[in-house]
Amino acid sequence: MISYLVRRILTLIPLFFGITLISFAVIHLAPGSPIDVLADLNPKMTAEAKQRLISYYGLDKPLHERYYQWLRRFASLDFGVSFSPDRRPVMDKIRETLPITIVINALSLLLIMLVAIPIGAYSASHPYSAFDKSLTLFVYIGFAIPTFWLALLALILFSVQLEWLPISGFRSLDYARLSLAGKIWDMVSHLILPVLLSAFGGLAGLSRYMRGSMLEVMRQDYITAARSKGLSEREVIYKHALRNALLPVVTILGLSVPGLIGGSVIFEQIFAIPGMGRLFYTGVMSRDYPLVMGILTIGAFLTLLGNLFADISYALVDPRIRKGGKG
Amino acid sequence: MIQGAVWKSVRQNPLTLFGGFVVLMLFVVALGAPYFPVHDPFSIDADAVLEAPGLGHPFGTDELGRDVFSRVIYGARISLWVGFVSVGIAIVIGIFLGAVAGYYGGWMDGLIMRFVDVMLCFPTFFLILAVIAFLEPNIATIMAIIGLTGWMGVCRLVRAEFLSLKERDFVQSARALGVGNLRIIVHHILPNSLTPVMVAAILGIAGAILTESALSFLGIGVQPPTPSWGNILTSGKDNLQIAWWLSLFPGLAILVTVLSYNLLGEGLRDALDPRLRGSR
Repeated sequence: MISYLVRRILTLIPLFFGITLISFAVIHLAPGSPIDVLADLNPKMTAEAKQRLISYYGLDKPLHERYYQWLRRFASLDFGVSFSPDRRPVMDKIRETLPITIVINALSLLLIMLVAIPIGAYSASHPYSAFDKSLTLFVYIGFAIPTFWLALLALILFSVQLEWLPISGFRSLDYARLSLAGKIWDMVSHLILPVLLSAFGGLAGLSRYMRGSMLEVMRQDYITAARSKGLSEREVIYKHALRNALLPVVTILGLSVPGLIGGSVIFEQIFAIPGMGRLFYTGVMSRDYPLVMGILTIGAFLTLLGNLFADISYALVDPRIRKGGKG
Repeated sequence: MIQGAVWKSVRQNPLTLFGGFVVLMLFVVALGAPYFPVHDPFSIDADAVLEAPGLGHPFGTDELGRDVFSRVIYGARISLWVGFVSVGIAIVIGIFLGAVAGYYGGWMDGLIMRFVDVMLCFPTFFLILAVIAFLEPNIATIMAIIGLTGWMGVCRLVRAEFLSLKERDFVQSARALGVGNLRIIVHHILPNSLTPVMVAAILGIAGAILTESALSFLGIGVQPPTPSWGNILTSGKDNLQIAWWLSLFPGLAILVTVLSYNLLGEGLRDALDPRLRGSR
């Protein structure tokens, strides 16, 4: 196990440098000096701010030295100071907003698992039944529907027409004065639509994947063996098949991290949730250079962590990988 | 490329036929838009602001009194452009890098595949947004960026095809006859590896249309007054409390379009390679 872990982490090192290289390249993507482009786009930028930037990014130095300097700052999580009027360090802003995004994404990931695994397994054990066919239909629609559109429709229905849920935000204005139950309901009512909708896209994908994985397992010899041993169909499915079918699904969950993080930009924007996605969007709109680069890099590392996490949990549940030769 | 057996399998699948038919209709609508008897999608009418759907305006009007029906029709042009150009870019890059990696192997393969891994680490939507932050948001930029961030799947696919095809007898005999590497790649291996690429391209178009609509919805894609399904939805969000029709119709257009490309792509894949049925 330990040697597997060590090998797995070693493969992250080239990826780590790749990520920093691409992030670094994006900064230099704009034609001419990125600072000039910024100044053109943002006429409010003062000469002093321009100078500050040039020295921050070391634009007066050669490229490799610049990269080295950027890497060193990055190692201490220093992404510089935001261009916005408050001039606060980018890392502070990320630190404030990231937990909100993580909570929402974790909740929707949990929801995806709780819903997709049972329905995928059920429809694989009853292939071509009415349930299975409706799942197929749901999957097709789930893949094709723009979730931000679904969010708009949900807002029109539940917030405008029925007035059941608040239209946006994270907390009500009178949050502090609410009773404990009131506070809990306030949080739930603000989070319910964002979590449900960001789970929706992943739901279609994972239930389809779960169904495929389960069908694959049901064809294996050990399932036939379990059946011929006289086990009930229930035991065969839930004790023998389900466990094995879950293995590859764990990996898919890790791989869905970038999609969820990317999607948070749209959801946080629609529902006015003060998370990292919305911060990123504000940064893009106001061309807040250090902020955009900081969040882009952090997002990539979260993905890397998600993949690592998936691999480790896979190794934990699958002895073939834990003990065996090539990982 | 589509032979008898494949066509038979496609014909027997009503969903694939439906997808193909809708895609064909979208072409007709997009190319024929200027010749249809619909309102001018750009003409502003101060007397018809935010009118609900009715006889004159089947999908209602927007906050400037423009006819939403004709804006949705003209929006089909944008989605067609974005879908084909950005996927075209992705496919050219993917085929090139995948062919080099698969055919030559060794350190080039290692380098290219690590590059693919790194690109896959970035949440695509973040990467697209970050690049847009430095460039002017317009339709050309959008198409380029969606293409440049979407080639990794094709690259892996082409590499896998090349890895298996290069060991086959017909390639070995071509090599024994003294055919050059470039000619083997372009004339012998590539034509045999295009089928899965075609399927990936059709599915990629669906993805590109979704990405473009999301970007335009956020105001960093196709810029108004040019109508795109995404930016009509932006006015839908701004007028959420009064004008549901601004949100409903463009979204339906996206849903039906993306669904049709997906049905067509998956139907073709199943027809071309029954082993892959149900996988994605």
